[in-house]
Amino acid sequence: MNNLKKTNLFIGGKEYTSRFFLGTGKFKDKQEMLKAIISSKAQIVTVALRRIDVDKNEENILSYIPKDITLMTNTSGARNAKEAVRIAYMAREAGYGNLIKIEIVNDSKYLLPDNYETIKATQILSSDGFVVLPYMHPDLYVARELVKSGAAAIMPLGSLIGSNQGLEMEMMIKILIDEINEVPVIVDAGIGRPSHAAYAMEIGVDAVLVNTAVATSENPPLMAESFVKAIEAGRSAYIAKMGNVLGVAEASSPLSGFLYDS
Amino acid sequence: MKVLINGKEKELAENLSIEKMLSAIDINREVVVIEYNEKILKKNEWAETFIKNGDIVEIISFVGGG
Repeated sequence: MNNLKKTNLFIGGKEYTSRFFLGTGKFKDKQEMLKAIISSKAQIVTVALRRIDVDKNEENILSYIPKDITLMTNTSGARNAKEAVRIAYMAREAGYGNLIKIEIVNDSKYLLPDNYETIKATQILSSDGFVVLPYMHPDLYVARELVKSGAAAIMPLGSLIGSNQGLEMEMMIKILIDEINEVPVIVDAGIGRPSHAAYAMEIGVDAVLVNTAVATSENPPLMAESFVKAIEAGRSAYIAKMGNVLGVAEASSPLSGFLYDS
Repeated sequence: MKVLINGKEKELAENLSIEKMLSAIDINREVVVIEYNEKILKKNEWAETFIKNGDIVEIISFVGGG
């Protein structure tokens, strides 16, 4: 495998050069969302499905997402596997069922994913040809079950959705990076700054999904650009293999050879 | 007849097809999904599906999300 291939991401049999997935929620308006998407150079962008407001004529969000981008429909709103599966089939019927992010949440305070329902939904959907990326609470046994159930990647939360707290689940994510080698490990949720994203990539995460940090910054297109640089920096650092962390000092120039010798 | 559309009760004329009902609402049909009594309808079924009293219709489309 040449070096270029080594740095590309493979999801559901397709190759991606960008390791930055962008969410489309919380933007001030659709024009700003489009500018941020372009700055992000993201090749995969997430959307959700909701009831339309029959009394309002709202512009369709898809007309603000460049056509060459792969849409990943999330199953947000689903409280169990049955509802997630229902949403996935709707995405398929609409023509955007290629990539499905399974998001099954039962509480509105922490928005933590229900790992067990997520395993069930992954089994059902992947056996019917969906490319499934489950959003999950980092648990090694659950991750293994998700891979066994056909997940195309696993997406452990970094911290609570929308919290900007960063990589609070670092230790558990490191375990997933070390033990899950069959599919990409993508940190999704809680990444609040480009430095969080850079750090995640440095420790070996394969990609990151960011929404709030970009959409709610004062300048989303510029923030998206920052994230691009951070993710590239983290990824190259990971490939370059950083030096060890020491508990003592180690001089950059030998101490002998001048003053220490007198 | 009374029909539940997107969770709201609406009073509609008899013998209305899903297709006709949608033409009264200004929406982009390319990206809309119809669930009729918990069953997802294919686009080619819209004209042949007639709404009855007590039906539950969901008109779903894409929105921003993470």
